[in-house]
Amino acid sequence: MRVVSTLVMAALMSLTVMSATASAQNEQFIPILSYRTGPYAANGVPFANGFVDYLQLVNARDGGVNGVKITFEECETSYATDRGVECYERLKGKGPTGASMFHPVSTGITFALTEKVPVDKIPLLTVGYGRSDTRDGAAFRWNFPLISTHWTAAAVAVEYLGQQVGGKQNLKGKKIVLVYLDAPAGKEPIPVFEKLAQSLGYEFTGIPVTAPGLEQKAQWLKIRQMRPDYVVLWGYGGMNPAAIQEAAAVGFPRDKLIGYAWSGAEPDVIPAGDLAKNYKSLMLQHGAEHDQVHDDILKHVYGKGLGRGSEGGVGQVLYNRGMLSAMLGVEAIRTAQTKYGNKPLTGEQVRWGAEHMELTAARLKELGVPTMMRPLKVTCADHEGARLGRVQQWDGAHWKVISDWIEADDAVLQPMVKESAAAYAGSKGIAPVDCSKAD
Amino acid sequence: MIYHEAGQFKTSYKQDMAMLPIVQDRWSVVALVTFAVAGLPILLAFGTDAFTSNYLYSAILIPFLILSLASIGLNILVGYCGQISLGTGAFMAIGAYAAYNVAVRLPQVPSILAILCGGIAAAGAGIAFGLPSLRIKGLYLAVTTLAAQFFFDWLFLRVSWFTNGSASGSVTAPAVEILGIKLESGTGKYLFVLAVVVLFSLGLKNLTRGALGRQWMAIRDMDIAAEIIGIRPVYAKLTAFAVSSFTIGVAGALWAFVHLGSWEPLAFSIDRSFNILFMIIVGGLGSILGSFLGTAFIMILPIVLTRVPAALGVPLSTSTISHLEVAVFGILIIFFLIAEPLGLARLWLLAKEKLRIWPFPY
Repeated sequence: MRVVSTLVMAALMSLTVMSATASAQNEQFIPILSYRTGPYAANGVPFANGFVDYLQLVNARDGGVNGVKITFEECETSYATDRGVECYERLKGKGPTGASMFHPVSTGITFALTEKVPVDKIPLLTVGYGRSDTRDGAAFRWNFPLISTHWTAAAVAVEYLGQQVGGKQNLKGKKIVLVYLDAPAGKEPIPVFEKLAQSLGYEFTGIPVTAPGLEQKAQWLKIRQMRPDYVVLWGYGGMNPAAIQEAAAVGFPRDKLIGYAWSGAEPDVIPAGDLAKNYKSLMLQHGAEHDQVHDDILKHVYGKGLGRGSEGGVGQVLYNRGMLSAMLGVEAIRTAQTKYGNKPLTGEQVRWGAEHMELTAARLKELGVPTMMRPLKVTCADHEGARLGRVQQWDGAHWKVISDWIEADDAVLQPMVKESAAAYAGSKGIAPVDCSKAD
Repeated sequence: MIYHEAGQFKTSYKQDMAMLPIVQDRWSVVALVTFAVAGLPILLAFGTDAFTSNYLYSAILIPFLILSLASIGLNILVGYCGQISLGTGAFMAIGAYAAYNVAVRLPQVPSILAILCGGIAAAGAGIAFGLPSLRIKGLYLAVTTLAAQFFFDWLFLRVSWFTNGSASGSVTAPAVEILGIKLESGTGKYLFVLAVVVLFSLGLKNLTRGALGRQWMAIRDMDIAAEIIGIRPVYAKLTAFAVSSFTIGVAGALWAFVHLGSWEPLAFSIDRSFNILFMIIVGGLGSILGSFLGTAFIMILPIVLTRVPAALGVPLSTSTISHLEVAVFGILIIFFLIAEPLGLARLWLLAKEKLRIWPFPY
């Protein structure tokens, strides 16, 4: 027993020593939870590369945010919730002012951290994923599901299908099937599809696929029997190419198969080869575009040998998503600096910045992303900021944007968000803040 | 010399049957528990900054203690009674969801009672899925417990009653309250979990030394012989399933309520079952101490390994570190299993034997 206790002590001591690191004063720390290994690595690597490269760009080109240098550290989660929580605990105290924000990059980790961030006072930025009801900033003070949520994406998908049949009223009697990953990320959109089915009169069926979703024979045989008009795909990782291949195997036309934004990147279609041609997917505002910011990254980051990935990867869908996530985080810090001064800020101050962030068209042009994003305005009542999407189609080699900007029907979403957030606040005993009085 | 038991005389049967008959052992355990209860929190409160101590509590110590409890539970079944189970994740999930439903639907029930209800529900399910063990053995039994794993995964994903109608299938536990005090700080949670784990370890250690434990071991060693000398296999096997599942269920409820706070069925997937099975295999089957050692090995070692390159000042990308971690960890498992197939607890026993005659081996 003595030996055990000495060993435990030694281990604890070494951990203590390891986590105590000296840091310079004028620095803002941004933790990065990434998954470069594990079942979702093909998606995690480009995202993390984009995220890191953008932070490098801010340091290399601008010398930080208004003179405050950004420091960052990656922590490998392998997309596993328990590892993600460990990473969160490990990184939340780094830097002179602690972690400025967390991007969990996983709906499962988002759910776990939603409980922890209010205690630690660190904002949680979930760009295009996470809990959809966290958009209600009155109940969820620390969550920011920026640009889009699963619910918004579902509403955009229905809008698009409505356009395809010449108006939403024509959806009446149509059959829409949702093939979804049987995990929180896949189940989130179901309430919106069901709600809209009531008002628009389409027939909705949800078909679950057990994670990791590589085996979908039974599901697609069922789809063949049902003969739906459209199939919406809500999968992640290896599930997407598998779904496309199975769709081809039962002869379901690929241009009637529409993935959501996280089912619409290069790793989702390339493994399916030619079968993926004409497959469509929603876009999280951006697609695989090349904008001014990419030229800057190639010049200032890759030109100096600081790039995290390969130059060929710059501008891929998930690379762009990681880059935009980092950009939104940096802009939240910049907004907070207008109130608290150009110095390292705490998580609480960055939360204020995220809640008052406004990116106008002019500002987006300055940031070098005029074509990739639409203006965004975050408020206390709306932590999402914008509810827009587009649709893209894979032509066998590239993603092509095939639709105009589509806005989700907020008249449907808003009451759902309110109801769900109120239920959450009630069960947790949280008193929602009054947004008209919040500073 | 230090670990010499000469001069320690036992003058009564009671002394002879004590849990730790050797004085040094007794004091070491007392010292270890005292250290865990008082020394460590004090050390962390004054020796480190708030973030470090918080990290150690919530990312290392609390999960370590809860998983140790689960592996003790599994060890009762596999190590003491010889019934292989791959359903640990499922029984943890039952504990978690039962406790959740009690806590949400009957808010006036105290948290401790809700957690114990989780254990009771898991014990019931354990008995039900233990019934096949009366007819089938070994790997075939493992397959039926695997069925439990998949059945409960499916149940909690599909039947929305269990998740209180949550759209995403992810649920959030209400705050744990002990005697009117909300558990929020790392220290409080740690002490609560520690108390539960110490109580369970002492209780189960005693149980395995008593009549019931001897029946389990007789069944494990040779079930036909055990039956001939008058042990009822039905009773012995089903009590082992019940006690094991109860402990695992409580561990599952603690994992959900105290550690995660918010979870989805994926938190108790088949991976968790294998993970805990490996803990007791590496730690030592049929040993309470082995459960702790195995948990430390499987849970804490990988975390330490990921931090070694940074501590040595070697800049490596996280993906390289992650791959290295898996490789080194795999090699260590193989090394320990070759060095001592009976697990880390056996290594500890051997060390004790050596220590006994040190420094004058004869």
